Amino acid sequence: MSFLFESFADWKKHAEEKNISLHEVVLEYEREQKGRNKEQIMEGLARAWEVMKDAVHTGLTEEMTSRSGMINNGAKKVYNYPTPVLSKEFQNLISRALAAKEVNSCMGRVVAAPTAGASGIMPGVLVTLQEIHKIDDQKILEAMLLAAGIALIMEQRASISGAVGGCQAETGTAAAMGSGAIVYCLGGNTDQIFNAVAITVQCMLGLVCDPVAGLVEIPCVVRNASAAAIANSSAQIGLANVSSVIPVDEVIEAMGEIGASMETRYKETALGGLAATKTGQAIAKRVLIRDIEILPDEKS
Amino acid sequence: MASTYSQIMAEKSSIFDMIGPVMIGPSSSHTAGVVRIARAALKLLGDIPEEAEITFYNSFARTYEGHSSDRAVIGGLMDFKTDDKRIKNSLDLAGEFGLSYKFKSVGNASTMHPNTIRLVLKKGEKQIEVLGESKGGGIINIAEVNGFKADFTANLHTLIIFADDVKGSIAFIANILAHDECNIATMSVSRKGKNDLACQVIEMDSGIKGVTLAYLESLSWVKQIIYIPDIDK
Repeated sequence: MSFLFESFADWKKHAEEKNISLHEVVLEYEREQKGRNKEQIMEGLARAWEVMKDAVHTGLTEEMTSRSGMINNGAKKVYNYPTPVLSKEFQNLISRALAAKEVNSCMGRVVAAPTAGASGIMPGVLVTLQEIHKIDDQKILEAMLLAAGIALIMEQRASISGAVGGCQAETGTAAAMGSGAIVYCLGGNTDQIFNAVAITVQCMLGLVCDPVAGLVEIPCVVRNASAAAIANSSAQIGLANVSSVIPVDEVIEAMGEIGASMETRYKETALGGLAATKTGQAIAKRVLIRDIEILPDEKS
Repeated sequence: MASTYSQIMAEKSSIFDMIGPVMIGPSSSHTAGVVRIARAALKLLGDIPEEAEITFYNSFARTYEGHSSDRAVIGGLMDFKTDDKRIKNSLDLAGEFGLSYKFKSVGNASTMHPNTIRLVLKKGEKQIEVLGESKGGGIINIAEVNGFKADFTANLHTLIIFADDVKGSIAFIANILAHDECNIATMSVSRKGKNDLACQVIEMDSGIKGVTLAYLESLSWVKQIIYIPDIDK
């Protein structure tokens, strides 16, 4: 019977009992629950990794203007700006996360990780991590397995959907996946990985999903950049054995609780937050041109 | 109720639901999930429809155009997969595929999942009505088929049997499947009324043999069988 990814504590226990690493537990899960063999799984991940790298490249080289015009080649501007705020590496990280996410907003091909709204975070994090630390592809694929395990638990204990749990559920989960992946690739142990995940989620809690005009553009694209940054800051903290104090499972419970009590207008309905601002509403009026028949509410 | 929605999911997610699908943007729930709901509906109808009436509910109602759910649903109905670059132009391509469509919105259906879509599809004499829910990350649940409760994820091999509500029919069918080495993952049964038409939805870990399917179809009390092997292939 494979481990079913219901908690981080049990994941650690299972790995220790079987004397295998965290990502091997994920491999075992996919094999036993979905009947895929190791070769198929690694091939699927390799394909996802190629699409991620392609998305980064596409966003940094091709014309990226969305139907609404709100997304207009931002990643390239950031990538080419002469003054790095911290370092060239940081500038690259931010522009790569923006790039992959812009491809998504412009109806290009991406990997939902865990969702399309958060599809810039893992590519930005992993491409930059590989470049700086010369991580080989095999290790990146193992880190992706580990990241998938993190998301499986978050899906079950909280949510990965903005419409159900707000932006924290999407970009928060992606950042947690990225942070865990970084710490794993840099040789961190289970506690260091879980601390990084917990700290990442602590930094992302409460984020609402308030897309202007209902489009996955503003603020989604820039939040992919900030989530990539938080994945890195939390990895730096977790790697140094700084404790999250609140255990990762409890942090995820908190995320679920916050998501459940979040008002509907903050869950991808385009009714609250930035979507409800004067400018946000003016943009909605401008870009959503087709007449939409709104029927009266159905009686429940 | 975040945790409630995920905990009632019939089937465990795959790691490729977490890192995947590879898809055309912009939204996994509003684009990829919608493509998959439409593909499931297409398989239920058995053919690309001539007419499609699509109703978007709740979160979908206001945002379906912005997230290009309109292009996603039409692309799915024309058998495009989630990573097909033609999705971007699906509304322009619908004419070539002989598909005419109409969209409607219902803003606040409080008893339904936040991202719900209803499809009424017609092709010649055939008609089917499907209620689908997009649960995030491209994961879907087909909640109803022709007014019957269905609840399947379309990730597995799904068998939908419309049959007379006769005694022992469930055990009989389960037995036949067992002889065909089919392991049943989930099963749901609903009916219009006592001794009336019943709908059995069976999700299986592996495919069913053609001969078994033909046998089930030959039974006098079985009215219709729809078999959906894998909507992503």
